[in-house]
Amino acid sequence: MVTASNSRASSFGRIVLYAVLGLFCIYYLLPLYVMLVNSLKPLSEITAGGMMSLPRDWTFAPWLSAWSSAQVGVEATGLRPYFLNSIVMVVPAVALSTLVGALNGYVLTKWTFRGSTIVFGLLLFGCFIPFQMVLIPMARMLGLMGLAGSVAGLVFVHFVYGIGFSTLYFRNYYAAFPTELVRAAQIDGAGFFRIFLRILLPSSGPIAVVCIIWQFTNIWNDFLFGASFSDFSSQPMTVALNNLVQSSTGVKEYNVHFAGAIMAALPTLFVYIVAGRYFVRGLMAGSVKG
Amino acid sequence: MSFSEKANPRGSVGDRLRDALPRLVLSPSVAIVAIFVYGFIFFTLYLSFTDSRILPSFGWVGWHNYDNLFRIRAWDTAVSNLVVFGVLYIAICCALGLLLAILLDQRIRAEGFIRTIYLYPMALSFIVTGVAWKWFLDPGIGIEAVVQGWGWTDFKFNWIKDREMAIYTIVIAAVWQTSGFVMAMFLAGLRGIDGEMMKAAQIDGASTFALYRRIVIPQLRPAFMSAFVVLAHMAIKSYDLVIALTGGGPGTATELPATFMYSYTFTRNQMGIGAASAVIMLMTIAAIIVPYLWSELREKK
Amino acid sequence: MRKYTTMITAATALLAAGSAVKAEDVEVLHWWTSGGEAAALNVLKEDLESQGIGWQDMPVAGGGGSQAMTVLRARVTSGNPPTAVQMLGFDIIDWAKEGALANLNIQASLEGWDDVVPEALQSFAKYDGKWVSAPVNVHSTNWVWANKAVLDELGIAVPTNWDEFVAALEKVKASGKTAIAHGGQAWQDATVFDAVAMSTGGPEFYKKAFIDLDEETLGSDTMKETFDRMAVVRSYVDDNFSGRDWNLATAMVINGDAAFQMMGDWAKGEFLNAGKKPGEDFLCFRFPGSQDQVTFNADQFAMFAQGAEVGKEQAALATAILSPSFQSAFNVVKGSVPARTDVSDEAFDACGKKGMADLKKAAASGNLYGSMAHGHANPAAVKNAMYDVITAHFNGEYDSETAVEELVTAVQINK
Repeated sequence: MVTASNSRASSFGRIVLYAVLGLFCIYYLLPLYVMLVNSLKPLSEITAGGMMSLPRDWTFAPWLSAWSSAQVGVEATGLRPYFLNSIVMVVPAVALSTLVGALNGYVLTKWTFRGSTIVFGLLLFGCFIPFQMVLIPMARMLGLMGLAGSVAGLVFVHFVYGIGFSTLYFRNYYAAFPTELVRAAQIDGAGFFRIFLRILLPSSGPIAVVCIIWQFTNIWNDFLFGASFSDFSSQPMTVALNNLVQSSTGVKEYNVHFAGAIMAALPTLFVYIVAGRYFVRGLMAGSVKG
Repeated sequence: MSFSEKANPRGSVGDRLRDALPRLVLSPSVAIVAIFVYGFIFFTLYLSFTDSRILPSFGWVGWHNYDNLFRIRAWDTAVSNLVVFGVLYIAICCALGLLLAILLDQRIRAEGFIRTIYLYPMALSFIVTGVAWKWFLDPGIGIEAVVQGWGWTDFKFNWIKDREMAIYTIVIAAVWQTSGFVMAMFLAGLRGIDGEMMKAAQIDGASTFALYRRIVIPQLRPAFMSAFVVLAHMAIKSYDLVIALTGGGPGTATELPATFMYSYTFTRNQMGIGAASAVIMLMTIAAIIVPYLWSELREKK
Repeated sequence: MRKYTTMITAATALLAAGSAVKAEDVEVLHWWTSGGEAAALNVLKEDLESQGIGWQDMPVAGGGGSQAMTVLRARVTSGNPPTAVQMLGFDIIDWAKEGALANLNIQASLEGWDDVVPEALQSFAKYDGKWVSAPVNVHSTNWVWANKAVLDELGIAVPTNWDEFVAALEKVKASGKTAIAHGGQAWQDATVFDAVAMSTGGPEFYKKAFIDLDEETLGSDTMKETFDRMAVVRSYVDDNFSGRDWNLATAMVINGDAAFQMMGDWAKGEFLNAGKKPGEDFLCFRFPGSQDQVTFNADQFAMFAQGAEVGKEQAALATAILSPSFQSAFNVVKGSVPARTDVSDEAFDACGKKGMADLKKAAASGNLYGSMAHGHANPAAVKNAMYDVITAHFNGEYDSETAVEELVTAVQINK
């Protein structure tokens, strides 16, 4: 934005600028670095100390172990089986809450009615409810709905508590969308869904990315719901990772723990790295303009 | 306000259905939120007046749970910790986020790469990074040991073991996680600012600092507001973080209302007291968020 | 409260038809996910599988089982409880009070559990005259673990009373090593406190204060003396103790950086894993002054009622758990001792043999007490309130006098 003048002083300034930015890169990367180097060391090297040092003996064994043979329950299955459980849960939950958020945002900006602002406010306040509080009543409701201990139940729970934020994102995005276009289409005889599908949805890419990243990260990383509302067949990745890391007795295999932790984080990391650029674009396009 | 009503003259059932369609589409969400958010809030409110221990039970005990709650020292600690944590966390995240956004906005060569590095912590939960953070902050093996190993033997960084300072280590880790995200929000805001205005101000001879203070930052208000909602929501829900880093310790020095509520409801079998703390927590949230939502939403009309 | 659970149980019965768990399988909620424990549990799994009963594993680790208890709460509330759940002490009684547990009396009388399980332990496995859970093991918590080489080098004999212990600690400290390896987490502080209280006030005092929750005893001078001694213990712990995991503290003893650790018998596994031999490389002895007493906690599997009668698969699981062969096989690995006193000690090492003999003796002489630190003396609410006080005192927030007052208040609020 700011056009720097081309004097020599500014080239010194540029060096300082890059140095500062580089320093912050180190700050943000350090924990990941520690996890990565220690996941590639044999355990004896870790216990001997030197958290920051590079492995003397590079080994990939902890990764293999975390994936397929680490003890996370009675059987030494590694994290592999739980990966699928997480994906089966995350994909529908993200899709559902994004779609519903888009529809809600559409109604709340282009089809406003008396009290629609209050409705939005009420939906949004739902974001702030502490999840620990809803555990017991939610369990009861899931039981009544016959969804206890099932993937469908987990999807439902994540969908319910994802509505607030996804509605917020889409509403703010659509608010900046020219209402004249909607009105013109309406005069041409287009109905509610037709306008949504033909006019708003095609241009919703950036905000959909923001919403998907947000929901995906939150749902993938959730532990509390995943542990409480699943049963033996549907435990997600985070629960398995927790079982791996939190084991009460016995030698703590830190290298395996770190490998497992990075592995569990790979999907979200992947999403951030791949979709990162669209993320800022999406934020730009709406949600922070209000 | 609503052009849909004007556009559709009242008449047949089909027309009326078309009229009601937007509201019909919205209604499942409204119903779900009514039950699963507001219904549960009332349920919790009710529980806070009952003798619930291990499971919900419906013997009325009046204000008993609230009386007990305020007699528990850990609750005071939790509340004052939330104030310290919340204020510092939101302020530092905003300041750092803004600084990084401005720096990154100077036509940086590898912007996309650097941005991803700043942003990625948001992708990781504290179940993932908890152990690494614990190591870092541990004086025996972490930063302190490493820096001492470099020769500065006087270097001390043992906050996590110190009752007075431990809460600040929580701030450090929390800022690490979210400041990049806030940076992205501000960066998006900066990109949306009209370049012409800036050029005009520059030609007028305004210094870079004045330029930002007078023109850029005021225009970032919406970005600031969005950041505030996200940060406030994170601060209030901070739970994993504390459990991963300190488990509430040393002693009860880093207890937060979320950890307090969880521990009373689930590990201490005092569901009534847990519910009472949840109610107080919610009321505090409402006191902060509702006026904010009110002002934001009203303005836009 | 009971009505609520009955309602849930009824709902469960209705849902059972549609539930994914087949009648002949068991779904087991537990928190034994580390190598040795899980391998030991696998013995049980294979035993059941040989009888045609499938094992559906539902591990939830964290917080010494507290995470699993939260999950259990949600599972029961949703009307979909697991078949069997690993549980400790008062949790079992609490759930039994809710009417949620199955009655195992038929198996118990068939196999004579009443005769072989120590009575102090029975009070956590039976409610209202009915067996509701199957005990797997007995951990005793008043152990001290010591590095033999360090002790030999400094000429320290195994201390038998408090004064000798302090003298030994002083010697270690003077040598520049850490005297006591300790991790500053509430339950670890309480584990030490447990042993110190038993040694300071004796079994009568312990029972009155922590089991009967007698306010006079809780506020007594003996209690103040106990806290004073905790302060002494604190002065022999290194500065970096806060938040340290117990096994890292054990590693300090293993590596010879520290001389002693006060920890339950599960610490033995760490020594064995490090290739150390009991009696040669490390020593295990009762906390000085509590040689005759055993404070215990016991892991059990409680069976959740699925109808009027106990399920066939639940009965089979309970029988398998209490079979002498499983009791021996499991406890050899876990470091604890069998829950029944008639199991042969052949397979156990020196510390295990001593543990079994101690348990038998203590059970016979009325010296076997539930451990306060491990939820076997008083309910969770009281236990955690006591933790708060003990930890605050250990971290220097309270002096001994305040701690005694706070302890009394804590019990009043949470009783």
